[in-house]
Amino acid sequence: MKYLQDIGSYFLMLKRTFSSYTKADVLRELIFKEIDDLVMSSLGIVSFIGFFVGGVITLQTALNLTDPIIPKELVAFATRQSIILEFAPTFISIIMAGKVGSFITSSIGSMRVTEQIDALEVMGINSLNYLVFPKVIALLTYPFLIAIAMFLGILGGLIAGVYGGFVSLDEFIRGLQEDFIPFHLVYAFVKTYVFAFILATVPAWHGYYMKGGALEVGKASTKSFVWTSVLIIFANYIITQLLLS
Amino acid sequence: MIAVDNLKMQFGSEEILKGISTVFEQGKTNLIIGQSGSGKSVMLKCLIGLLQPVAGSISYHNKPTNQMNLQQQRILREEIGMLFQGGALFDSMTIEENIMFPLRMFSQQSTSNMISRVNEVLNRVNLDGVNNKFPAEISGGMQKRVSIARAIVNNPKYLFCDEPNSGLDPKTATVIDNLIQRITHENDITTIVVTHDMNSVMEIGERINFLKNGILVWKGTQEDIFKTNNQDVTDFVYSSNLFRKIRDVQNQNI
Repeated sequence: MKYLQDIGSYFLMLKRTFSSYTKADVLRELIFKEIDDLVMSSLGIVSFIGFFVGGVITLQTALNLTDPIIPKELVAFATRQSIILEFAPTFISIIMAGKVGSFITSSIGSMRVTEQIDALEVMGINSLNYLVFPKVIALLTYPFLIAIAMFLGILGGLIAGVYGGFVSLDEFIRGLQEDFIPFHLVYAFVKTYVFAFILATVPAWHGYYMKGGALEVGKASTKSFVWTSVLIIFANYIITQLLLS
Repeated sequence: MIAVDNLKMQFGSEEILKGISTVFEQGKTNLIIGQSGSGKSVMLKCLIGLLQPVAGSISYHNKPTNQMNLQQQRILREEIGMLFQGGALFDSMTIEENIMFPLRMFSQQSTSNMISRVNEVLNRVNLDGVNNKFPAEISGGMQKRVSIARAIVNNPKYLFCDEPNSGLDPKTATVIDNLIQRITHENDITTIVVTHDMNSVMEIGERINFLKNGILVWKGTQEDIFKTNNQDVTDFVYSSNLFRKIRDVQNQNI
């Protein structure tokens, strides 16, 4: 019963988020601030993880393909497919659920605890539009991060494969180009947008409707990470069924 | 003037406000006092629209809020200033941005006009030169004064204060109390202060409403509260050792 109530309150939150808009110049300022806080500040960690996980995928594939009959190009092919289809969109999003999601929940939750949200409401401001809408719009730039993760993942794979002596540069490049299906990129970015929406709204719901004090802000952040991850994994399954099967 | 008629509020099956009727006068500091858990803050939240009462009506200048359309409700909200218990200043904004916030949201003034209005209200609360500091960089008493400055920057008709001097030393608390009363008189606004501090009652209690267990058990003025025979009120007033001693000295003099 409580889950049904929570789902209902999530959709009511979405309805209020997209109504009674805050003044345009204030919103514009908030959106740029959120792009900085949520997307640009994640550039470093996403680049680092993307690059090294790309390298590890190549190493693991190369070390497991020991049969001389299997062409070396397959190492690059497997790296590309793993990174574009799953690693960059899905697993980076789960990492972002920890980083960005916890930030959103704790910042909104702290505002709830210190009555700042009440202050907005008393002033006649739609606090959900003021707090959540700019985050949703800011995360429309999230695919930019995923594109960087894709690029650096493949680059990391190339460096690990070529300089590790597992595959030549020519073989790796050929493998990258082999059987490339452009729709796989469409699929990856479609699900990235869905994950971006989940990343902006689910943690916001946990922060906005939390009750209690500082301790509960921490608990809400943990719960928000768990539920955001669960929803990302679930959405990933549904989108894959719809677009690829 | 704000009139409350048969106001009822409940959370689940628990009744918090049990049919309160009273009037808060314009140009006066109206106090809602009572012990913790008596329903004071819930009543304040009903008055400012953060909670929807289950029954009864609240009228601002004879206009019931439940009969106002959205436009009228929006205008009313712009006429309300609120001082929260913890100040509720926005952490990510400077003092200047905090005070300017309601102006940015609701007025079409130029930035220079808004800044001069911010300086005017900061001067009014005796806080010059803190414009570029963040809330975390100033003391609790200063935060309360900034919060008052933000509440009055739009020239509100109604000022609500939730425990304005909680967590403050007695001297700073008196400064805040006097500031609230001065603003009330100078601007002729309707001020409602929720408190359980008897010093505030002594300083600014022009009209007092005493709540116990969600019931308005007594109404009166500052002078009346020391003469009343109402047992609930006397228990509350003389729960302080200081006030008991004052009463004993007065009785000896008589």
